[in-house]
Amino acid sequence: MSDINISERQAGDVTILDLEGKVTIGEGSVALRNAIRRLLGEGKNKILMNLAGVGYIDSSGIGELVSSFTAVNKEGGTLKLLKLTQKIQDLLAITKLLTVFDVFDDEAEALASFE
Amino acid sequence: MSKTKELTLPSKIESVDEAAVNAEAFAREIGLSDEVISAIDLAVRESVANAVKHGNKLDATKNVDVTLIHSGKSFDIAVRDYGPGFVPTEIPDPTDPANLLNASGRGILFMRSFMDTVEWSEHPQGGMVVSMTKRL
Repeated sequence: MSDINISERQAGDVTILDLEGKVTIGEGSVALRNAIRRLLGEGKNKILMNLAGVGYIDSSGIGELVSSFTAVNKEGGTLKLLKLTQKIQDLLAITKLLTVFDVFDDEAEALASFE
Repeated sequence: MSKTKELTLPSKIESVDEAAVNAEAFAREIGLSDEVISAIDLAVRESVANAVKHGNKLDATKNVDVTLIHSGKSFDIAVRDYGPGFVPTEIPDPTDPANLLNASGRGILFMRSFMDTVEWSEHPQGGMVVSMTKRL
């Protein structure tokens, strides 16, 4: 069984990825990488990543968030983060990545920011 | 009375989870707080990942040795690899603006952030040992 489940919803031209589980070295990070690659391959480059269900993340998972961010930017798109757990918020603060990512607590507000 | 747990794991990515799961179970058995367990879990995960990937370079013939010691006043973690070693100070600062978008290089920062001391040494019989302490 994979460490992570990634499901996809569409809200207008924004694709919301709901992540559930662990984004860690190995399967979790690879699954996220594949999901982002697939979306970009389908021309979907406005992505909101909902991390509310991510119970655990390590440096590899944080690295994958950064890789996703740069891959989407490279395609002229935008990747934003939704509903960080306290742990993820702490890790993004330690790594100073809160200055890189647009982060939202409210989905409607996040979606509006893409317009 | 101190308690010790020792693990010897193969150099594969799955060993990272195995080490973290064992460390968490050991820390829970001792009765440490969730916050301390979370710090230990992350430190073990990051140090074993470094040993597997950068120390042993995923060489299946080389093991990773993990020693966990609870002494009452502190929780100590030692992770040994059997690789050629590296100089931790040569690893770029991941919080430097020039490195913020690097895909890797944050594991040591996490170890230093969640443990009270983190030190590297060369093992007399070869390989590197990272020793970390969490004061309780």
